[in-house]
Amino acid sequence: MLIDPKEKSKSLLRFTTAGSVDDGKSTLIGRLLYDSKSIFEDQMDHIVQSGKRLGREELDLSLLTDGLRAEREQGITIDVAYRYFATPARKFIIADTPGHIQYTRNMVTGASTADLAVILIDARKGVLEQTIRHSFIASLLDIRHIIFCVNKMDMINWSEEEFNKIVINLGKLVSKLGIRDAHYIPISAKYGDNVVDRSENMTWYHGKTFLKLIETIEIEKNKDPENKRFPVQTIIRPHTKEFHDYRGYAGRVAGGVFAPGDEVMVLPSMLRSKIKSIDMFGKTLSESIAGDSVSISLDDQIDISRGDMIVDPDDLPAISQDINLMVCWFNEQPLRIGAKYLLKINSNESGCIVKNVNYRLNIDTLEKDIENTTVRMNDIADITIKTSKPLFFDSYRKNNITGSMILIDEGTNETVAAGMII
Amino acid sequence: MRNPLQINDEHLKELENEAIFVMREVAAQFENKVLLFSGGKDSIVLVHLARRAFWPAKIPFTLMHIDTGHNFEETLAFRDDLAKEFGCELIVAKVQDSIDNGRVNEEQGINASRNKAQSVTLLDAIEEYKIDVAIGGGRRDEEKARAKERFFSHRNEFGQWDPKNQRPELWNIFNGRKNMGEHFRVFPISNWTELDVWQYILHENIKLPGLYYTHRRKIFSRNGTYLAWAPFMQLKPTEKVFEADVRCRTIGDITCTGVTLSKAQSLEEIITEIAATRVTERGGRYDDKRSEAAMEDRKKEGYF
Repeated sequence: MLIDPKEKSKSLLRFTTAGSVDDGKSTLIGRLLYDSKSIFEDQMDHIVQSGKRLGREELDLSLLTDGLRAEREQGITIDVAYRYFATPARKFIIADTPGHIQYTRNMVTGASTADLAVILIDARKGVLEQTIRHSFIASLLDIRHIIFCVNKMDMINWSEEEFNKIVINLGKLVSKLGIRDAHYIPISAKYGDNVVDRSENMTWYHGKTFLKLIETIEIEKNKDPENKRFPVQTIIRPHTKEFHDYRGYAGRVAGGVFAPGDEVMVLPSMLRSKIKSIDMFGKTLSESIAGDSVSISLDDQIDISRGDMIVDPDDLPAISQDINLMVCWFNEQPLRIGAKYLLKINSNESGCIVKNVNYRLNIDTLEKDIENTTVRMNDIADITIKTSKPLFFDSYRKNNITGSMILIDEGTNETVAAGMII
Repeated sequence: MRNPLQINDEHLKELENEAIFVMREVAAQFENKVLLFSGGKDSIVLVHLARRAFWPAKIPFTLMHIDTGHNFEETLAFRDDLAKEFGCELIVAKVQDSIDNGRVNEEQGINASRNKAQSVTLLDAIEEYKIDVAIGGGRRDEEKARAKERFFSHRNEFGQWDPKNQRPELWNIFNGRKNMGEHFRVFPISNWTELDVWQYILHENIKLPGLYYTHRRKIFSRNGTYLAWAPFMQLKPTEKVFEADVRCRTIGDITCTGVTLSKAQSLEEIITEIAATRVTERGGRYDDKRSEAAMEDRKKEGYF
């Protein structure tokens, strides 16, 4: 195999972009795909043909992923579109979401799996309500890296002074929202300045180009390296001669580092044991970290089932039936106080009752509304629930996996809300 | 361009971890589980991932092949060997049976294909065997309607997909709840690209049917695509059959699978070829060329 061992391992970066066509988002993504040769000839033919049929004059790259008939006819993105591209340095998955307020739920969905968010600002307009909205959603979903692309610099004469003014305003927003890592780049997606190639019009900018930044930015895949969390998905029992007594707890490490010999506790039973081995397809691993799908076996025969969690006995998650969370509401039926929902938190399930809506958040102004607390589709609210059994969890900020949940309407089976534990 | 043979362990590992997680969710959330197996590379990769997900236990899914009757012979032999080697149960549902019992009318004419008829056979089999989940090898990079697919994709009691009203999918929490008679399609390799699949095959040294490598075959050209010739295919007067060195980039029903002129003998050569190509994998699929929304329409009816 032609693998160069000196070559640094290339990782996968998942990022989300929110915005409308007017922001130049499609132009930016189109340029990335185009310049990285990720658009193929038959796809290009197809876009040209579709565009002609729809009477579009300019090349419309949204036709590449607006895959549904209704989306093409109405010229809107209804849903999250996933796009894939690669450069010599990295592989990328873009969750491209429509940026209008009525698509908040799509933005939340796209952001839930992202390592990084790209937010576009129109240089002529500076920080708008939608900038606040997009930044807030990124911070709510705990996306730790945000790149603010100040676009259309060509329309303001490539002015460093104007750019700096916008950056000062963005800086205030960033500190208000507690965003951990923010970057600011002056670009012109239309002319390509600072997208892939360095701008000759803005020699005053000494930072990285957009592509260079997303290629090199360091992402912590193991977001919670301290606290051991292993939600059990399913039990592996081969019942064969060779593996007669094998009992493996299959799951994906949600936090910390697990190694054979570790003292562990199983929740909710609180029984203790030691890790006997961590297996992956016949290989015994010396350790496994967050993100790894493995099978863990223990020294003792303990009754463990799906939904249980293996943790460090000296570092337990919160255990409670009363939970306070931020929700984004997804359903046309508004949230009802006193209503029962089914809750899914990693591999665990429970019933729950909504006890109270503490406030609704205006995500354009970040003001809390305690008067009108009817939570409708696309609303974000702080609520309190009571679960039908004790759950074990962390705050979302501490651990995105053990701190996130969805609510399901048991009548329709629809996913009605995304919840982040406070 | 980056060197496509420089395999990025870390990125393949993340995709593998995700796919295994999804497979284990399927095992835990459903009762009657099948893995749709066509003999093509994507479904072969799915089987490999399932083996990794449940080792040392056997794969907890029955393999199901929707057989159009218009196969590459090699695919069937490969299918049977694989099922035997890994001790998998195999269901073969035949489009010919659906035609014989009047469930579908066979398309006539030059471009006749049993591709669309597969949906009927598939849905009938799902009903007959009371299947509540079918795992498929669909990927979002393949086609624009597929780009909108969920990992867990709901099908109503008629087996239909409602793309405008899909359940939102957040983090890695999958909602597989359904009513009686409904089922799910699950796509564990949603986030993989064609190149990822090939790199993974190389990395894991996964065995593939010989059709993917260069071989001598009788072919003919139709609308800019080379199609493999088989005795039951009708030719237009202008179409001439000739022999060439070709390989398949995808394997499906023989009537609609385009072949590529190629001398690639090894996975390394195939990957180099794919990395340099400027046409998508399904660019050679005749079934997608019927109309702009060909895939969306078929999927709504219950296609893979």
